[in-house]
Amino acid sequence: MAGRVLADPAAIESRIDWPAALKETGLAAFVALVLFLPLVGMETIKIEGGTGLRFRFDWVLIGVALVAAGRLLLVGLRTVRPETIAIATTPVARIPALLGPYARFLVVAGVVFAFVLPLLPFANRYVVDIATTVLIYVMLGWGLNIVVGLAGLLDLGYVAFYAVGAYSYALFAQWFGLGFWECLPLAGALAASFGILLGFPVLRLRGDYLAIVTLGFGEIIRIILLNWYPVTRGPDGLSNIPRPTFFGMEFSRSAPEGEVAFHEFFGLSYSGFHRVVFLYFLILLLALITNAFVLRIRKLPIGRAWEALREDEIACRALGINPTNTKLTAFALGAMFGGFGGSFFATRQGFISPESFTFIESATILAIVVLGGMGSQIGVVFAAMVLILLPELGREFEQFRMLLFGAAMVMIMVWRPRGLFAHRDPTLRLHGRVGIAAGGPERP
Amino acid sequence: MNGRAPLLEVEHLTMRFGGLVAIDDLSFVANEREITAIIGPNGAGKTTVFNCLTGFYKPTVGQLTFHVDGHDLLLEQLEGFRIARAGLARTFQNIRLFGQMSVLENLVVAQHNALMRASGYTVLGVLGFASYRHAEEAAVARARDWLDRINLTERADWNAANLPYGQQRRLEIARAMCTQPKLLCLDEPAAGLNPRETAELGQLLVSIRDEVGIGVLLIEHDMSVVMGISDHIVVLDYGRKIADGTPDAIKRDANVIKAYLGEPEEEELPPEVAADLAAELRPG
Repeated sequence: MAGRVLADPAAIESRIDWPAALKETGLAAFVALVLFLPLVGMETIKIEGGTGLRFRFDWVLIGVALVAAGRLLLVGLRTVRPETIAIATTPVARIPALLGPYARFLVVAGVVFAFVLPLLPFANRYVVDIATTVLIYVMLGWGLNIVVGLAGLLDLGYVAFYAVGAYSYALFAQWFGLGFWECLPLAGALAASFGILLGFPVLRLRGDYLAIVTLGFGEIIRIILLNWYPVTRGPDGLSNIPRPTFFGMEFSRSAPEGEVAFHEFFGLSYSGFHRVVFLYFLILLLALITNAFVLRIRKLPIGRAWEALREDEIACRALGINPTNTKLTAFALGAMFGGFGGSFFATRQGFISPESFTFIESATILAIVVLGGMGSQIGVVFAAMVLILLPELGREFEQFRMLLFGAAMVMIMVWRPRGLFAHRDPTLRLHGRVGIAAGGPERP
Repeated sequence: MNGRAPLLEVEHLTMRFGGLVAIDDLSFVANEREITAIIGPNGAGKTTVFNCLTGFYKPTVGQLTFHVDGHDLLLEQLEGFRIARAGLARTFQNIRLFGQMSVLENLVVAQHNALMRASGYTVLGVLGFASYRHAEEAAVARARDWLDRINLTERADWNAANLPYGQQRRLEIARAMCTQPKLLCLDEPAAGLNPRETAELGQLLVSIRDEVGIGVLLIEHDMSVVMGISDHIVVLDYGRKIADGTPDAIKRDANVIKAYLGEPEEEELPPEVAADLAAELRPG
């Protein structure tokens, strides 16, 4: 936008197609009216002898007016400065580009911050707990990034692998008395096998069709968990899942006979906060391992083959790449990290039930990947913070927070249709980083 | 022919799509160290031949024998990616590059199978073994060699989608060559190129034949390319082979002239167009 002189208002005036603009605005207002009438316009209140309805038409009007004004503004912007929408040159959109030179520094600062977070003065149980939740989603996002971002396979049932990981840990612990550390690789392997199991039937499918089948797979797993009562205890869930240990030391007030608890060994007084912090560091470590693995594998032949498969499967076959194996590895490795995340979830909660593995979880993880920019590792971190922290910060708005959440998503999609960090760095360079033009002209 | 060993033998190839006979009992041979061209009017079934050869279609009838390293491979029984591994690489009529990957990456992906073995099927690569690093360096060196040949070294780090059309065509050929094929199949490589680029393409194909020493199978409409560089031409019309021979023989072949220009008594073409076409096809 720099240096661009805006045309004089009269010229702009004449370029706006008013009938079309008003039509579009009217349509948006109508849709908003239909949606807001029941969502915002009616409130259930307690009246004597039950519940009643209270109407708030003023709120509806305000909402509709806001939507109409926003739509009109968007239409106007599109006419006056088409590049605002197309190439995204708004200040918000330029953030990633501005961060570019400092990216490495920012990543290091972010990791250091993540490590010292529990020691900071404002860190209480609540903060560390939220940070742990964010990190679970970061890890799942990184795992799903293999499947969606690199291999380009739209997976709407990722939560199934998360569930497999969680239940396999809970069941192994219950039946065989295995601890968290023995179960972690088992859960990963089991989830990976389920990834291959899902992969086989969907090998020929692409895009929408693939999404539908994976969605179905996610539901199948959840419904099996719900109905296979003798094993999974159905909707009652599994409880008393053992907590993780620190080199065999438990985080309990009193250790079992002949063992030492964590606080006793280090001469600390017992505090429930220790375990929260330990879990935080555990997921931080798991997430960083996931990240290192994905960054590494992206530069290996299999990673490049995934990306090539995303770009053009037919060309891949003509180059001698086996699409079956390549897709199955993507599904298996993506699922493996879902499984790791699942067993962490189980050990953190101590209780799991099918309710934790609904479609909305898959959708959230996928939204994190898409919003962050497909294939972008740093984008996943930002998107996870936005998607998990925003509803958390918006608690004061109560029932409106999902609305705010939706609005935020719409705005990101308008400004950055390809995600917050859509930039892709080549895995190999011949000339090193020489100036901005190294990647050729940037495409919108 | 001139004593060169046959690389690919197509015998009685027939391809039917429902009632449509796209290829009808086609037999021809492509030799090593030779450029074999398949020409014919639009819809003659040229690309269908390629799709049968490279495993995208299963032929209805026929045997496709690929002689490589002393083995005889029956291509009609192999899956597409195994045909490519056996040493038959192809390019596409509508360019199929990996657009959002860099030029260099496109060429390295083409060496996937060798690199996969070197990375111990990913295990050794993840652990950072030196053997993989050396293999990757070798792959980049090979890619660089091809970039030099097609004059794209400067733009090695560009996204492939951002290259101009003519360079994308050359890159696709280089990518196919990076798989180290024995037979390179090109589907209309000169389509959309300007005369200078077309001339460069001809030189590139001749250098692939003479310096790399492999066979080239070429589908092309541009007669200046076909007549200039081919050792051997197969002419198709309505899925049938109507002529097979050296460029000089093809130029004189009555059937070929009839297929391209129509029957002599039919005066459908304007005289100027007919004269142009005849000048293109006739010797001199």
